[in-house]
Amino acid sequence: MDKNQIKEFIAKRVAKELKDGDVVNLGIGLPTLVANYVPEGTNVFFQSENGFVGLGPAPKEGQEDPYIVNAGGQPASIIPGGMFFDSATSFGIIRGGHVDFTVLGALQVDGEGNLANWMIPGKMVPGMGGAMDLVVGAKKVIVAMEHTVKGNHKILKKCNLPLTAAGEVDMIITEMGVIEVTDKGLVLKEINPEFTIEDVKNATEAELIIAEDLVKMEI
Amino acid sequence: MNKVITIEEAVSHIKDGMTIMVGGFLACGTPHKLIDALVEKGVKDLTLICNDSGFPELGVGKLVVNKQIKKLIASHVGTNPETGRQMNTGEMEVDLVPQGTLAERVRAGGSGLGGILTPTGVGTVIEEGKQKIEIDGKTYLLELPIRADVALIFGNTVDKYGNISYYGSTRNFNPLMAAAADLVIVEADKIVEVGEIDQNHVVTPGLFVNYIVDGGDK
Repeated sequence: MDKNQIKEFIAKRVAKELKDGDVVNLGIGLPTLVANYVPEGTNVFFQSENGFVGLGPAPKEGQEDPYIVNAGGQPASIIPGGMFFDSATSFGIIRGGHVDFTVLGALQVDGEGNLANWMIPGKMVPGMGGAMDLVVGAKKVIVAMEHTVKGNHKILKKCNLPLTAAGEVDMIITEMGVIEVTDKGLVLKEINPEFTIEDVKNATEAELIIAEDLVKMEI
Repeated sequence: MNKVITIEEAVSHIKDGMTIMVGGFLACGTPHKLIDALVEKGVKDLTLICNDSGFPELGVGKLVVNKQIKKLIASHVGTNPETGRQMNTGEMEVDLVPQGTLAERVRAGGSGLGGILTPTGVGTVIEEGKQKIEIDGKTYLLELPIRADVALIFGNTVDKYGNISYYGSTRNFNPLMAAAADLVIVEADKIVEVGEIDQNHVVTPGLFVNYIVDGGDK
């Protein structure tokens, strides 16, 4: 799989987690692609933390409205039944547990469900935006990312970059498999048949428990 | 009581060293004409409270590029490389605050609260130096209210009393900041007579607003 195919594969697998009626917040980058693969017959409401629920598809060229943008500042649309609100309400929705799940990328994630995705000291300090609130507040936190970066581990024993939140990640979905964060540690629940268990273990620094009912990862 | 003033008069209230709040999210719902007037006026050493630092050529980012900001309090600065540069060289102090915490701190500042308790930031660098309070077995950070000398906000339709009705995603921090500054100036896309906005559609009560400037059409 090339880069784009990997991203598409991961996004498709994340989309299988969507349930009818869910309120979902998608992070920037790969997570945004999940919106393209909502299963047929499943109605989900996408939340945009700058102030609305009911984020629709990107408008066609020439139909952009400068006053309707997504949390990345890009032209957006709102679906019938959607609603606009202010930032305090938006984060009340997020922190108050009214977002069913959030999908984010990660620089690092570890065996205790810690997530680092907002800064690399001295190199990249863009700010956390809404990520810290989302990871703390959403009922379910899914990290969607490539399993490694340039051959380096991203799923670590312990994150060494500044954390976004401690112990909040529930699931990690990569091109290699689906990993659940449990009290006992990381459990590999599904594996992409293109890889062996050994491959996944080698690409993961954290201890990996192999689920007894390990199944093939399907999209 | 006439609240409608010129943009020139409006920015005359903003002086060197003041703390200002500016509404908007990545330059959407931002009072652009007031910012342009501030750039032209050249007031400096400002403390700016805003969701983000916009873009180099759009939104509050212009104030950063023009080196008018001494301290920035924001949740995200990644879209303006000049902010990162000034932060790294120490030319500008940057205090990064989680977006939901920033919204609540502004809300607290405008609504007479002594602070808010949030779980956001527990176990991260954000908790450093902050009081932790446990309630029903869960740990929260005490985050303090924040206010400004002047708030510059935006409204799509504003009546002459200052009642504001918003459109689209322009609302964001504007209704919160309207309550949290000693002086509040709204830049209106459209100014209408009192009574023209249905009372049920007023989002920001005009009683918060001191002055209104005409921002013209987008």
